Amino acid sequence: MVPTATRKRDYRLTGPENALARQKGLAAAEWYVCPVPRPKLKQLMKRKDGPAIRDTLLWFGALAAAGYAAYLSWGTWWAIPAFAVYGVLYASPADSRWHECGHGTAFKTPWMNEAVYQIASFMILRPATPWRWSHARHHTDTIIVGRDPEIVAPRPPVWRVILMESFKLYGGPRDLKRMLLHCFGKLDAEEREYIPASEIPKTCWESRVYVLIFAAVVIACLYGGTVLPALFIVLPSFYGSFLVLLTGMSQHLGLYEDVLDHRLNTRTTYMNPILRFLYWNMNYHTEHHMFPMVPYHALPKLHEEIRHDCPAPSPSLAAALREVFQALARQRKDPTYTIVRPLPETARPYRYGPAEETGAAQARQTNESLAK
Amino acid sequence: MANEQWIAACEAEEIEEEDVIRFDHGDRTFALYRSADDQYYATDGYCTHERFHLADGLVIGRQIECPKHNGRFDYATGEAKRAPVCVALRTYPVKNDAGTIWIKID
Repeated sequence: MVPTATRKRDYRLTGPENALARQKGLAAAEWYVCPVPRPKLKQLMKRKDGPAIRDTLLWFGALAAAGYAAYLSWGTWWAIPAFAVYGVLYASPADSRWHECGHGTAFKTPWMNEAVYQIASFMILRPATPWRWSHARHHTDTIIVGRDPEIVAPRPPVWRVILMESFKLYGGPRDLKRMLLHCFGKLDAEEREYIPASEIPKTCWESRVYVLIFAAVVIACLYGGTVLPALFIVLPSFYGSFLVLLTGMSQHLGLYEDVLDHRLNTRTTYMNPILRFLYWNMNYHTEHHMFPMVPYHALPKLHEEIRHDCPAPSPSLAAALREVFQALARQRKDPTYTIVRPLPETARPYRYGPAEETGAAQARQTNESLAK
Repeated sequence: MANEQWIAACEAEEIEEEDVIRFDHGDRTFALYRSADDQYYATDGYCTHERFHLADGLVIGRQIECPKHNGRFDYATGEAKRAPVCVALRTYPVKNDAGTIWIKID
């Protein structure tokens, strides 16, 4: 039998890797957590409305201004950069607000989280209920092959899919197809893996509302004889999504699969204040995965609290992406290639989990010998 | 029930106001809560969604938020209040007897 580490793996949740992960004890397992004293953690977990209200007003203000500029520039070449800015301001913050409000941590007030979650879910075209459950699974089984529905690229990577995702042309049509299925009361096989039966009616009704909004946008375009309405709503999820892809690629790619330690499979990246505003501090991704209870505005403090126990962060988004693309290029030829990041002397050892004796450990040995 | 019994779980002062601690008894685990108005409560220790200790979570008013997926329960009634939790949490009677917290389990 070909060892798991060298065989081309099946990333579907409906494939044989799902049962294999459960057999290995990788599903719903206990993960390594950096030590943080409870009083400190309680401080960090404390919820506030202020930062998220400020940031939401800033976001919608910036979006309205960019939208107005794009509208004024329509019919000129200036429309291209204007809509590019509008698209990024539409899709990128929608992605991060979807994420933070989905966790329910961005605002202290639950209805505010839910309201922004619903709006952002539509904007990023991730229907609220199925994606809530998809993301819960991503947190339970982060980068566990056959279990995690949010693995951005398999090994070896498929460059065509990554290129398509620059404009959401892979995930977008997949989600649109799922929405149409939901309209008829059906879920696809992958979704049935993580959405409980009790949530199916809500899933279906949400998709019907989304499809009605799509229809209204199409009618507005036809009635007005212009594509402008679609350029302001729905299409920005596609043409504005390249930053969503880049930040998303920085989170886990090139790092370990099938381990039980977020320090091994998740990357923290330093970013400038503008990117951090757009991304709502999700660049502190190891911290977020280890402590999902800590709201985005407290993640820099959490980072300081646990950095002695974590590998060095990537110094910038460019540096993280350089590392990712180099790793993906190597994984084309050697799917077991994994980036090895040394821990500081103050850190506790990595927890490879059940994979210690199999693929992850083999990859570690190979890469450590290559690094010498 | 005939086999119900009161078990001394902890001293009242061991739980801070608006906080939760873990209490293990035999092969079972529980979460013990102290509300902001100084009332004590007990529930099963694991979240009903996935097997994670609620005692590592955050008490917000009368709710406990699971540390792994941010699902919420009303810890007084056990009612599921926020996805991804859908199944209610089992609650247990609690009494504070001269500074000792007792939990009634079967």
